[in-house]
Amino acid sequence: MKKMIGLILFMAIALAALQFSCAKSISGRTDNLAPLNPAKTDTGAGNWQTILLAGPTDFPVAAPLPVNNPLYVAELNEIKGFQKNLSADDQAKIRYWGAGGVLRWNEIMRELVAKYNLPPYQNTDGTYPFPSSANPFAYPLFPFANPPYAARAYAYVSAAQYDALVAAWYYKKLYNRPAPYVVDSTISAKLPKTTLPSYPSEDAVLAGVTVEMMKLLFPDEIAYIQQKADEEEESRIKAGVAVRSDIVAGEALGRQVADKFIARARTDKAGAAAGTQTDWTGFVTTTTARGETPWVSLETPARPPMLPLFGNVTPFLFPAATTATLRPGPPPSTSSTQMKTETDEVYSYIKNPTRDQMRIVQFWADGVATYTPPGHWDAIAAEDFINQNFSEVRWARNMALLNMSLMDAAIVCWNTKYFYFNPRPTQMNPSIKTLTGIPNFPSYISGHSTFSGAAATILGYIIPARASAYSAMAAEASLSRLYGGIHYRSDCAIGLTTGQAVGNYAITRAKADGADN
Amino acid sequence: MKLQIGKPCAWLIIILCLIGGHESLFAQTDADAIMMAKNNYCSGIMYGNSQWDQYWEGTLKRNNLNLGTVSTQMVGYMGNYGLSDKLNVLFGLPYVSTKASAGTLHGQQGLQDLSVWVKWMPYEKKLGKGTLSLYGIGGYSLPVSNYIADYLPLSIGLHTQNLSLRAMADYQVGNLFATVSGTYVARSNITIDRTSYYTTSLHLTNQVDMPNASSYSIRAGYRSDRLIAEAIFDSWITNGGFDITRNNMPFPSNRMNASTLGINIKYTVKAVQGLSLIGGGNYTLAGRNVGQATAYNGGVFYILDFTHKQKKSTPTSNKK
Repeated sequence: MKKMIGLILFMAIALAALQFSCAKSISGRTDNLAPLNPAKTDTGAGNWQTILLAGPTDFPVAAPLPVNNPLYVAELNEIKGFQKNLSADDQAKIRYWGAGGVLRWNEIMRELVAKYNLPPYQNTDGTYPFPSSANPFAYPLFPFANPPYAARAYAYVSAAQYDALVAAWYYKKLYNRPAPYVVDSTISAKLPKTTLPSYPSEDAVLAGVTVEMMKLLFPDEIAYIQQKADEEEESRIKAGVAVRSDIVAGEALGRQVADKFIARARTDKAGAAAGTQTDWTGFVTTTTARGETPWVSLETPARPPMLPLFGNVTPFLFPAATTATLRPGPPPSTSSTQMKTETDEVYSYIKNPTRDQMRIVQFWADGVATYTPPGHWDAIAAEDFINQNFSEVRWARNMALLNMSLMDAAIVCWNTKYFYFNPRPTQMNPSIKTLTGIPNFPSYISGHSTFSGAAATILGYIIPARASAYSAMAAEASLSRLYGGIHYRSDCAIGLTTGQAVGNYAITRAKADGADN
Repeated sequence: MKLQIGKPCAWLIIILCLIGGHESLFAQTDADAIMMAKNNYCSGIMYGNSQWDQYWEGTLKRNNLNLGTVSTQMVGYMGNYGLSDKLNVLFGLPYVSTKASAGTLHGQQGLQDLSVWVKWMPYEKKLGKGTLSLYGIGGYSLPVSNYIADYLPLSIGLHTQNLSLRAMADYQVGNLFATVSGTYVARSNITIDRTSYYTTSLHLTNQVDMPNASSYSIRAGYRSDRLIAEAIFDSWITNGGFDITRNNMPFPSNRMNASTLGINIKYTVKAVQGLSLIGGGNYTLAGRNVGQATAYNGGVFYILDFTHKQKKSTPTSNKK
């Protein structure tokens, strides 16, 4: 009898264990999306205001062959050949890219940012190595995709994608070549049908422009990016929505548009943002001369401050000279009662944090090995845009507005941080232990708050129904840094309003770019 | 080996946190070849402490000046009840706190996981000069508080629910014994506070797929009614998971492996019937994505006999 009880118990546990193992598969929020089926084709997007291009015709796209040309017919035959035996893998790739090229490239970028967002390990003499774009495969790998680097990378890719798609839309309308399944009814559309002309292919434009941009931004990943680009292009042919010449023309256009953005990136002063020992010492001297306590690195060994000259980078949404005008006034003096009060407040939060405060800190931390706060806002935006059924060009426009805001927020924030060089709460009171890692740069103003203020502002314009949700998220992201012991309340509050001011520049642009007419 | 009052109560041994703890802190509670006699309840309080300043980042051993020494302390209550001479139920519940001696990261504390085991001895026979006994142990553990798993190396646990199955054999000749066991641990997925994380690819979810694990243990030493002294080798292997990348932070689904060597001593106090003291320590010989911990522990246990009809000192059939 007892043996039986034992046996039954073990059988039950074994069964439960089996259940455990089988129930483990996890899918991501965007793994099984329905294909993008735009509510509007935005046929007139060829007239939307471009960012760097003078206009949509900066780069000529040759007229396509007529659909009765034998070479075009051969391209239809290529599709038919593929469609005779589409493998499960082919179908999966059609579905994956079918959710939208702007979305998928943004996700791929976020993945690379997370992969490369790792601070270099110190040298044996206590100094730190810097990643080098000239030697990107040597440790530390290039780049260190920290928040300013990431913000700038997202912005360049999004802005270039937008300009390239505006040009593509212009030529689509001009040449008006129908999709292959329209020309030949024996070709099946594996994705939703559209009246949007197929030449040049918007997916190939995205693949071409993104591959070129990523060569600059993530040089270690060129092979990976190229593979993704090939997949995207191939998936469109197999899906019956583009012929080979749609793809070839689109990719060439995308690559040319990228060159314009790469040229800007090479001269936007980001390359010098790491500064030199002279710069680092200069901050200390200047701050001390003002009678304030200068920031010190809280890492061991002390690490040079993160991208101290990033505040000089050329913004997208306003002239470089405007950056200083957006910089807020000084933080409370390090010797003031207010600073003491604010430091005490930080300590009161970390002394006995509630679980919900810890959740908020972790939710918004976006620290090492994550896609950073700009990536988090991209994720928030992307998951909302999915429900809006935007066309690809509108997706690109909205991501560009968001990411230009985030990059410019980084510029103003970094400009402010190194102008005041204000110490972190833990430097003022070492008993302040933090609930997430302390970033290695000055405190005032909070980067999370500046990013969030900017993002919530432009997103609230793009999806007005979500405006109050975005501002609530931004407020929570901002306060998460106080709860975590990372920032004083004034860093957070002023960061938020500074970010909102940057976001308003994006709204001004959005109102004038022709997309909302 | 079966026992009752006047004999040492079951081993309740602790493996303390490695890099944030693998499995329950009571991983080994069920891993000894001792059964409580029917209606006897052995329970007690244990204290444990573990420290490391070197850890394996993947396979690379390193220190971290921004953590210094990471230490974990634990106080737990444990019990073992004899449903019958051959079927026991055990449980344990620890309170854990962590801290780092350097850097700025805030320590954590809280009630960790409640573990329950059913331990069954289906076989006990004379074999040659000694006695061979075989055991099956099934366990389940679940977090009893909403502690943060995704805060390694300072989280107090991994917040999985675990189901474990252990097979164990013990052979005793006179006062010398050896025990071997092997365990499979099925672990549930966990939910973390953030909505995305990177392992070897980006995951857009707050769910983390926790790899299952297996372990084996070899222990040998001296065992009498009053004193047990043994050496223990343990190996814990995570079946999957990924390595911490260069200068990255650890993550709950890392491939955490560890081999430890330790000793345990248990002494049953003569003057107070049913009272025993235990102490032990272990050292991590090799590992992957875990700290090289040195751990020690101590505890006090007491046996209550709920067999009212019998005289308390009546021995059962545990003499070889």
